[in-house]
Amino acid sequence: MKLGILVNEGPFTHQASDSAYQFTKAAIEKGHEIVRVFFYHDGVGNANKLADPPSDDRNLVSLWSQLAEEHGVEMVVCVAAAMRRGINDELLAAGFKISGLGQLVEAGIIGDRLVTFGD
Amino acid sequence: MEDFDDDEFDGPIKKFMYVNRKAPYGTVYALEGLEVVLITAAFDQDVSMVFVDDGVFQIKKDQETTGINMKNFSPTYRALEGYDVEKVYAEKESLEARGLSGDDLVIPVEVLSSAELAELMDAQDVIVSF
Repeated sequence: MKLGILVNEGPFTHQASDSAYQFTKAAIEKGHEIVRVFFYHDGVGNANKLADPPSDDRNLVSLWSQLAEEHGVEMVVCVAAAMRRGINDELLAAGFKISGLGQLVEAGIIGDRLVTFGD
Repeated sequence: MEDFDDDEFDGPIKKFMYVNRKAPYGTVYALEGLEVVLITAAFDQDVSMVFVDDGVFQIKKDQETTGINMKNFSPTYRALEGYDVEKVYAEKESLEARGLSGDDLVIPVEVLSSAELAELMDAQDVIVSF
């Protein structure tokens, strides 16, 4: 199945990003295709390479980057949401790119399912 | 709004439903959710918009936001028609619980019961809830 993933919360206050990451990883392992992971609202914080949680905590930003590197997952951060929150190209962790909301709509069109993670 | 050239997309048309559940202020979901609806319409998709729970307050008339230093973005909902977003619904139970009726809203909506909305949701390809 082709899956689009929408992540609407930041990587620490809510569990949504963890759930999105675990779901995406599990879907790939089960042989599904990830059309794109799109980050919106505070979800853009998942792309901030300056995130530096304590070493005994999971670091979702680098986990996403690893997922992109290992499986070629496309990870897109909404430009308007990112600009509001001070995220720009210089702050992007590996594997993320900034683009428009059209990328979310396109993921909904191309994918068999669009799965949302957030409040 | 972002610039978007809708002439570039030539693909299938799907039924997108946006479910607005949250009050217009207090969190950013309503404001940023509206942006997604307008972009989706620019892709020539079959877009529906639903207001339920506190989401019905998003389209309440006479919003006065100067006291909270937020922009009153409720006039933007009137732009939906210009984007050919004409399928706009509000849940009957949510309106009644808040003492509202269709006359209190900035745009015309079709008022549907929870059960009717459930049927409508069942017919969608993509549902995004903000």
